[in-house]
Amino acid sequence: MKTPGLKIYAVIYLIFLYAPIILLPLFAFNNSKVIAFPLSGFTTAWFGEMWADTQLFRAFRNSVTIALSSAVIATCLGIFAARASTRFRFPGKAGLLGLIMLPLVLPEMIVSMSLLVILLAIGVPLSIFTIILGHVLICTPFAVAILSSAFQSLDRSLEEAAYDLGETPFSTFRLIVLPLVMPGIISSLLICFTISLDEFIIAYFLGGNETVLSVYIYGQFRFPAKVPAIMALGTVLVCISIILLSTAEFFRRRGIAKTGAKDTGGFL
Amino acid sequence: MSEKPTMIEFRDVQKYYGDYHALRGINASIRAGEFFSLLGPSGCGKTTLLRTIAGFEEISSGAVLIDGKDAAHIPPNKRPTNMVFQSYAIFPHLTVEENVGFGLRRANLSKDELARRVGEALEMVGLKGFGKRAAHALSGGQRQRVALARALILKPKVLLLDEPLSALDKKMREQMQVELIRLQRQVGITFILVTHDQEEALVMSDRIAVMFEGQIAQLDDPETLYRRPKSRQVADFIGTMNFLPAEAKEIAGGGFEVAVAGLGTCAIPADQAPGGPTGKGASVGFRPETLTILYEGQQATDRETPGTVVEVVYYGDMTYYDVKLDGVAEPVRLSMRNVPGRPVLDIGTRTRVAWSPSALVLFR
Amino acid sequence: MSSGGLLSRIGRSEAASGLALISPTAIYAILLLAAPLVTVLLYSVMTDDAGKVLPIFTFQNYIEIWTGRIYRAIMLRSLGVSMAVTAVTVLLAYPVAYFVSFHVHPSKKSLWLFLITIPFWTSYLIRVFLWKVILGYNGVINSGLMSMGLIDEPLTSLNYNVQAFVITLAHAYAPFAILPIYVALEKIDRSLLEAGQDLGESKLMTFWRVTLPLSMPGVIAAILIVFIPTIGDYVTPDLIGGGKLPMIANMIEVKMLKQNEKAIGSAIAVSAMLIVGIVTLIFLLLNRRFLRGQK
Repeated sequence: MKTPGLKIYAVIYLIFLYAPIILLPLFAFNNSKVIAFPLSGFTTAWFGEMWADTQLFRAFRNSVTIALSSAVIATCLGIFAARASTRFRFPGKAGLLGLIMLPLVLPEMIVSMSLLVILLAIGVPLSIFTIILGHVLICTPFAVAILSSAFQSLDRSLEEAAYDLGETPFSTFRLIVLPLVMPGIISSLLICFTISLDEFIIAYFLGGNETVLSVYIYGQFRFPAKVPAIMALGTVLVCISIILLSTAEFFRRRGIAKTGAKDTGGFL
Repeated sequence: MSEKPTMIEFRDVQKYYGDYHALRGINASIRAGEFFSLLGPSGCGKTTLLRTIAGFEEISSGAVLIDGKDAAHIPPNKRPTNMVFQSYAIFPHLTVEENVGFGLRRANLSKDELARRVGEALEMVGLKGFGKRAAHALSGGQRQRVALARALILKPKVLLLDEPLSALDKKMREQMQVELIRLQRQVGITFILVTHDQEEALVMSDRIAVMFEGQIAQLDDPETLYRRPKSRQVADFIGTMNFLPAEAKEIAGGGFEVAVAGLGTCAIPADQAPGGPTGKGASVGFRPETLTILYEGQQATDRETPGTVVEVVYYGDMTYYDVKLDGVAEPVRLSMRNVPGRPVLDIGTRTRVAWSPSALVLFR
Repeated sequence: MSSGGLLSRIGRSEAASGLALISPTAIYAILLLAAPLVTVLLYSVMTDDAGKVLPIFTFQNYIEIWTGRIYRAIMLRSLGVSMAVTAVTVLLAYPVAYFVSFHVHPSKKSLWLFLITIPFWTSYLIRVFLWKVILGYNGVINSGLMSMGLIDEPLTSLNYNVQAFVITLAHAYAPFAILPIYVALEKIDRSLLEAGQDLGESKLMTFWRVTLPLSMPGVIAAILIVFIPTIGDYVTPDLIGGGKLPMIANMIEVKMLKQNEKAIGSAIAVSAMLIVGIVTLIFLLLNRRFLRGQK
């Protein structure tokens, strides 16, 4: 039943997926200003150059601020929506949920432009705040999806049992619901953080004068001399993403182990 | 007979889910300290009724009284009842002792006092020493005991159990049935159990309410339910019952003269005829163990009738015989205990069946 | 409705609680998504005048877009790229999803999924730039092939064309395609397949007649998940195309910001959404029989 051909295909596919990314560390340490073969020796100069770039750090700090805020706000909004959608019936539920999840199926360009149009019309100045507004908008659907799944898998009779034993709805939420959906909350925070950190379109069009990491990188693309430093930066960013995701995965598995549930294989 | 005080009273309880009439006028009283069962097929409303006591379902009209007080505006967390859920609902992220002590969180006990009471409760359900175990690492039977301990530690007036044994395998179930009876006697409070398993209800209960389609069909102790069911539906649901077509005529002074196909004519007193007078189209019911196969040389103590053995099912301690009585198309099922001196008969054997009018119940 | 006063009180309170609970998120979406989209819709039927949008209602914008040669070219290019990317991505993704679902031990499945999704979580911007670097005139492929002596002159066909778009986008959206197909394949009851084989079907037949149809909802989801964002992609045409091969998103930017013609920009956006909506609907209708029997 096991066709080796299929496995070979899958492995080649994975190589194809990772190939561009492997280039990052490859050329980040390459002693050449041009990204081309053959390689010309090892150097850490590009990392040094990246490290010394103060504007880069400012952009990075801004990005982290935005990502943290967006993750927290989107997760909170996600908790509300997920709880409402899994536990209650109310009129207009399908419509409201559809609206909340809509950013998933709209091209980002359209979401950003529409938001930009209204912000300009009202006269709101573009800044980090407006970027956060946009990022929360596109992260919330992810938060809702992850948290809905977490709330869904929560046995309803656990809450009834807590209620039966004397707790109020609020203390039940605090003592029973929250700890049991905590893996979902952490996943949501990490994923929203990652989405916001890497996001470009909204940051580019809805940002004001303060630079953000992705926009800064975009700006550097014009300068061929800067490209190796970009490679170094890219390597660092990829490592951060991998660490964040591995952490998310670790917490997801630990959460499953702690409650003895089954591993269905991933965030989805 | 000393009447124990009423603990739970249902007064014309109705419940609608939208247009669906789930509870259609329930009237019943449950006494303090009794082991009471709500028995019926799925969808009959028994769990709904149980949850109205707990407070998880609101009733549409009527009243549910707990210890004399109308429970209408008392939320579940303030009622003197506690529930053992069908899925046990053990909090997976807490240990066994954290689970059991959960309801005492608001009682402001000292750590020692709490530990002592938790230890007591665990010992009562046979889980001594399990305190530090993670809740999600327990077997089904252990989880159930934790659920029991968690509920009983709060000393409720009523313990509600929603199909507590349905998730256990046969051996565990039988063990827990005995455990529950013992617990109930030890603790002395009212137990109200919901089950679809009539055997379970018969074994454990002081009284049983048999429910069909949102109504109580009969409320009696197990023996009365078994021997004097009030309707064919109840008779069919509890244990096995054989039915034979019959013609009944009222006799002056009460009672009926009944001509039963395959058996003969006899008089049946009124208390063996629930459902009122009939004419043609009546049926008579009897339990498999109330009729006996007569062996060679045995004499019937009352009446007897001929028949042929058409099927034999050997069960170890019992043998079930399907016997085709003369004049009746459908065979009836009889059960005989396999004691020494009673060989297992072959299919096709002509035999005599002993019967008595006291074994019969007349149905509309 | 035969219900007592108590019941309708409960019904109302559940609805009230539910609505109250979802309100923060819903209000956010209404203010920041619904309202802007409505505004864009309104702008699209109004008139541009020297950087302002005047409330003079007209369909002129749409007429210009749907008849203008340049606009049509851009729309068709976007549609073409998007469809090509979708086809390539989904076709290449299916075997991988199948492999992980059927040929990987359950304990290793989440590891494979994790490995497949990691590239997705790295910066999209950087990945597109990497492809530019790979496909460039002096890029990785060309310099690699030349240093190996396989070619004498760099290939020009790699960069600055639509094929490069397709490669870049197919790479970026690969995980999007794999996951829905995987989920659908996982849901298939394995005993159905065994039953088929027990009745004498060959493995290929089982796949064709049982597995593939049952996985169609996942395939459809994958198609939509790839098609919709790629048609509105901005970064790839911008970086890989060098600005010479704009797609819808680039055109929207030009109109909205650089030329400050918000009305026609809005009309382009609405037209893009219409195209997406219509293609999606057609697709869903054609495949209705696969979706029936799904939640």
